[in-house]
Amino acid sequence: MNEAGFGRLTDPPASLLVAGARVLDPAHGTDEVRDLGVVDGVVVDAADVPADASRIDGHGLIVAPGFCDLHAHLREPGDSAAETVASGTRAAAHGGFTTVCAMPNTDPPIDEPRRVEDLLAASRDAACRVRVIGSVTVGRSGTMVADLAGMAAAGAVGFSDDGSAVPANGIGEALRSLATLDRPMFEHAEDPGLAAAGELRAGATASTLGLAGWPAEAEITVVERDLALAAETGARIHLTHLSCARSLEAVRRAKADGVRVTCDVTPHHLAMPETWVAGDRAFAWESPRVDASLAFDPSCRVNPPLTTREDAMALLACVADGTVDAIATDHAPHPSERKLVPFDAAAPGLIGLETALSIGLVAVEAGVLPMAALIAALSTRPAAIIGEARGIRVGATADLVVFDTAARWRVDRSMIASASTNTPLLGMTLPGVVRLTIANGRVTYRA
Amino acid sequence: MTVGAPARAWTHRHLLDVDTLSRPEIERVLDLADEMREARETRAYRSLLDLETVALAFYEASTRTRVSFELAAKALGATVVDLAVERSSAGKGESLVDTLRTLRRVGATIVVLRHASAGAPYLAARETDLSIVNGGDGTHAHPTQALLDALTLREELGLLDGRLLAIVGDVAHSRVARSNIHALTTLGARVRVAGPPAWVAGFEQWAGVEVASSLPAALEGADAVMTLRVQSERGAVDGVGSLAAYVRDWRLDEERMSLAKPGAPILHPGPTNEGVELTAALANGPRSRIGRQVEHGVTVRMAVLALVAGVA
Repeated sequence: MNEAGFGRLTDPPASLLVAGARVLDPAHGTDEVRDLGVVDGVVVDAADVPADASRIDGHGLIVAPGFCDLHAHLREPGDSAAETVASGTRAAAHGGFTTVCAMPNTDPPIDEPRRVEDLLAASRDAACRVRVIGSVTVGRSGTMVADLAGMAAAGAVGFSDDGSAVPANGIGEALRSLATLDRPMFEHAEDPGLAAAGELRAGATASTLGLAGWPAEAEITVVERDLALAAETGARIHLTHLSCARSLEAVRRAKADGVRVTCDVTPHHLAMPETWVAGDRAFAWESPRVDASLAFDPSCRVNPPLTTREDAMALLACVADGTVDAIATDHAPHPSERKLVPFDAAAPGLIGLETALSIGLVAVEAGVLPMAALIAALSTRPAAIIGEARGIRVGATADLVVFDTAARWRVDRSMIASASTNTPLLGMTLPGVVRLTIANGRVTYRA
Repeated sequence: MTVGAPARAWTHRHLLDVDTLSRPEIERVLDLADEMREARETRAYRSLLDLETVALAFYEASTRTRVSFELAAKALGATVVDLAVERSSAGKGESLVDTLRTLRRVGATIVVLRHASAGAPYLAARETDLSIVNGGDGTHAHPTQALLDALTLREELGLLDGRLLAIVGDVAHSRVARSNIHALTTLGARVRVAGPPAWVAGFEQWAGVEVASSLPAALEGADAVMTLRVQSERGAVDGVGSLAAYVRDWRLDEERMSLAKPGAPILHPGPTNEGVELTAALANGPRSRIGRQVEHGVTVRMAVLALVAGVA
């Protein structure tokens, strides 16, 4: 995808009118068809938009608060073959995101205040806001807790050793430090001993394919550990990319007990059950459609592994009922040479920024996810976790996405703005085309 | 060709596993293998693959499978190249896909691929325009072994409908067991697997498979018994106790075999650890079909190569 249609946060603020769109704003509980005006980057009454301003026919379009991704890998610094801030934020804008949280497992890792500042400086003219997650431990080594207060002062909105859980001998100290900073710890909940070399959720598909099984206990035990420590320390914990129904049950109980816990799930765990590794290409709520020639597709290799159909449906139900706070992409770009290898050797992860909305809309079309819950999980609720405001009201800076729910697009390489194309969705036709993204009052993408 | 059976559907360019083969397709392979054996004297098939170049790409050690594929390809008139992984660029870290594309450029048309990674042949089939025959991938599949085992069993037992095969040993890490389960259940047989709990975990979920909790329970009434290689050189006895405990609980011997049907044949994919999986007396005794399996290896692989090349 070329750069035409993309803007930057440093562009002049936008003035335009979206006429007759469905404005769906979870921040204010509104869902109504109306005209929406923006002048100089600020939401105004439609009547106040100058006659010569750009006008978009909003018929059939939804306007929602700008999406916020709590978990993305922009691969900067150190891995520009996979992604850069420039390409990753264009992918974000193309997917309707106005904020992405960049995970710190870069080379070098973001583990000191200077590196937080460097990444923020490198993102100033990007196509969406980049928020920085700092490493919990120095070098992500799991041994020594990093300068969390310094990184928070430099702008880090949370901390994570994503790619691994913080080890048991460091997590207590880290959470006690965080309790005074009011920044959440984003935990990749996975016990390395229990996960062993697991390649696929333990179960029928792993057994059939002869792949090493990854037991749900690898996640659940760390979730339970962290919930106990969060309760003890009063720190905020954010459990990212949860993939097991039992983890969500534990979160539900902890929330009821007043523990300061939030969590996200990914579009792929919601929608693509483990059978995708055997060549299935039906979503979790559909009957399986297996094409055996697609078996062992390395683009389905991800950590945590794709989940069971039952757990996927449980995750969806938890998005619908609010137990899950956010849908986060875990956008994990990899160049083709890291994926054109046998399944067990493939780098884990798939890109997600440009398909998250579409997957959500497939679920909405199927009747397994309410539209309002999808929008809230993509926009207002994740934004609140990192302290960002959202909401479409007169006088506020415009930060929104306009998308067509009925239009469909074919996911192919030419349509992807990310520098990488590792997704098993390639070749599929999905609903949901973003027409306009406005971040901080600037048009960052317009179709 | 002169040895042609009445043509039946075979539409596969690759043989990646047996799980996508129908019963008529499996029977087509076995029938063709029988014809190949009968025609050996006249060598009627000796130029069947004269337009093909078969590359043997074995990323894991093998004697039986590699040699029998080589002999099979040569018997059909193919040009055969052995990649000799340890002496090739693959040994210098060239990726599998790059190596296979190079083989294609130098003229290979069919690749027999053995690889330690489950699914490697699927990658090869998707990313090259070679015809791929799976010579064993990780712990996933070993389709030609399953087909030669099915041929051996059919020769002994006739039609396999309703027959009961016991598979004993490290089923969980066995590509031979997985492919045999697919092939034999497709042919109408029932499969009973048995071994230490960690070695049969998960197989209760397989259609047509029952998990026996002890060797006597596995052997009771079996029409045939297959015992799998204990891969002690890979530390495979870890987690299931000692090798001595395995021998005590799971080794086939004359007395234990008396629980099976009279004369029930014994199969083993080889190489055997005599005294571990089975006694030397059984391995070399009248029930053993281990040698016959090896003989069938060549003719089954001839049939497979002819079918994927589209000349049979």
